[in-house]
Amino acid sequence: MRVSLFVTCIVDQMFPEVGVATVTLLRRLGVEVTFNAGQTCCGQPAFNTGYREEARAVARPMLDLFEHELESADYIVAPSGSCSTMIKKFYRELFEEDAEQLGRIERIGARFFELSDFLVTVLAVEDVGATFPGKVTYHDSCHLLRELGVAKQPRALIGAVSGVELVEMNQTVTCCGFGGTFSVKYPEISTAIGAEKIASIEATGASAVVACDSSCLMQIAGVLSRRGSHIRCLHIAELLASENARTRE
Amino acid sequence: MEHAIQTESFVENYREALDNGQLQRALSNATSKFTANRGLAILNVGDEWEVLRDHAREIKEHAISNLDYYVDQFTSNVERLGGNVFWARDGEAANRYISDLARRRGVTLAVKSKSMVTEEIELNHALEAAGVEAVETDLGEYIIQLAGERPSHIIAPAIHKTRGDVADLFTDKLHVERNEEIEQMTALARRVLRTQFAAAGMGVTGANFAVAETGTIVLVENEGNIRLTTSLPRIHVALIGIEKVIPRLEDLGVFLRLLARSATGQQMSSYVSFLSGVKRSAAEEGPEELHVVILDNGRVNILGNPHLRESLYCIRCGACLNTCPVYQKIGGHAYGWIYPGPIGAVITPQLVGRDKAAHLPFASSLCGACLEVCPIKINIPDMLLHLRHEIKEPETSHGVAASAGEQPGEQGHRKTLALRIESFLERLTFKLWARAMRSPAIYERGAKFARLIEQAFGLDIPGSPISRWTSTREFPGLAPSSFREQWKRRMKAEG
Repeated sequence: MRVSLFVTCIVDQMFPEVGVATVTLLRRLGVEVTFNAGQTCCGQPAFNTGYREEARAVARPMLDLFEHELESADYIVAPSGSCSTMIKKFYRELFEEDAEQLGRIERIGARFFELSDFLVTVLAVEDVGATFPGKVTYHDSCHLLRELGVAKQPRALIGAVSGVELVEMNQTVTCCGFGGTFSVKYPEISTAIGAEKIASIEATGASAVVACDSSCLMQIAGVLSRRGSHIRCLHIAELLASENARTRE
Repeated sequence: MEHAIQTESFVENYREALDNGQLQRALSNATSKFTANRGLAILNVGDEWEVLRDHAREIKEHAISNLDYYVDQFTSNVERLGGNVFWARDGEAANRYISDLARRRGVTLAVKSKSMVTEEIELNHALEAAGVEAVETDLGEYIIQLAGERPSHIIAPAIHKTRGDVADLFTDKLHVERNEEIEQMTALARRVLRTQFAAAGMGVTGANFAVAETGTIVLVENEGNIRLTTSLPRIHVALIGIEKVIPRLEDLGVFLRLLARSATGQQMSSYVSFLSGVKRSAAEEGPEELHVVILDNGRVNILGNPHLRESLYCIRCGACLNTCPVYQKIGGHAYGWIYPGPIGAVITPQLVGRDKAAHLPFASSLCGACLEVCPIKINIPDMLLHLRHEIKEPETSHGVAASAGEQPGEQGHRKTLALRIESFLERLTFKLWARAMRSPAIYERGAKFARLIEQAFGLDIPGSPISRWTSTREFPGLAPSSFREQWKRRMKAEG
């Protein structure tokens, strides 16, 4: 089984430990991992903000890259629900008038997976041999949950971690308030929404919150840090590769 | 009282809302109650809920794509039943028709049921200018009318008001002794309004549905004020947006099962009125005269936009408001016009002008909770993305740039210099970003450069997006060594 990693720009530049954990984890499970350094970004920031020309300009070379990768890899895996959604769902809209691209997008999308979805649905693995003592809670990222329908997979993986107690928060499916450029266009609203999420997290008594998206974690960690909280924010890859877990608090 | 459109001061509006502790509590209580009740009501329906939603969407898709036919059919049937129908191109035309009618009939007092569309065209203001006192009879609307405010929620206009607020208001405006007991306040309003129903020469309503097949106006309510508004006064005026027309009576079997459950969690509202025409004999209840004003006011433009047309499917249940994390924090007034929440963010720019309401489509995290709860499965997040596209790339988006009253080319003129500079910088940023992201070499060089800047000055440059982030949260900054650098150095060979 060979996988080509789409590390995502935010993980590449801001949370590389998530990428490292992803590779470590997949290799531990016997998967060969390659990384094509020609990758940059899925284009979501531009699409999200209304600049579809720019988004397409960035997406086209990415589609070329993905197509090339899938000639030698079985799947492409990304440690991000929102980037996976961009490729699997929103690229269709971005290229809605381009039949040729749409065909490519369908073929690529079928073999493109968010990490937790890949582990459970494709590899049929839930126990990855990880250990993490303590209470954790899980935040459902909006795109992952509502666009990709992924909710059971992360929970199964977390539940199988030795020593972990998974506590569900109230409002687990409520948005963290990130929303891409929304977080900087309307920072006070974004943070007010984030504060509600933090309240739900704190009410669980968990020592860590886990999610499949670094963008959500960045938002949650940002609000928690500003309040001086010591709750850790862990990407699921870090939790599952927990021999190497290091978080940026 | 006339209210200005305040969509342009969205940022000031929401900041005020976020600072208002009382409003925050009121919003939290009301929206969580509505959401919880809705959840229970749906549990009751079980698997059929999804079937109903799909069915409702099909009916709306068909009705809206054949709206000309059904509006025509509705009109003929209303006229056949003895009603008068006026097709109003815009709010001004509708107001003129209704005011002229009131004048001709010597009406000096009109009672109104809760109707968002009458707020949309500022009917009360037009009636007052024509010498007609217009009294709101829905308790929530009555409260905000006394307060001189706009509704802040599609179905619960006064949810931003506490019990104490209302007690103060009644003391001040009705000159009574202050009493905070809800039952007493309701009884007082009821006594005041009863006299109005009896004395009014005209009753004005909107419509929840307008059935084309039979010319029937359908109205739902919990208080009984619509029953009184539509049967006591001699004249009934119903103002109906074109999108309210549905094909058949039996379609109500789908919509009525969805509406109350989505709105308040009730299985059915307390009263449902099916009004067909005028009374045919002295023995019957009902008005002697019926005037149906069918309103365009920009809806035909929405109809003409294939990406945004489904915003006309809305049955005004308010479920999207209750579930929206943004609405829950900023409330209805912050949106600056009549229609708040997710659906408001989609129709307001189309009705008042994209330029004037440019903030609204961007003030969303696109979480998708609205789509999840919408009884008609209206894809609001998708439409928000389309509006963003139309606003940022008007030339290539094939959008309907002009809305009611707005000419293409006029779009830039209202923007302040500051906004125009901000717009230009944003566009430039994305152009540069795209240039970098298209080329891995430029991307990597750009990332190295950004780290140099971060080390030298920090990334928290005043006015930059990052400074907007750090105004309210901590920002982790760039990692010292990117993933691709680490891969190059060690990970390639490992494993």
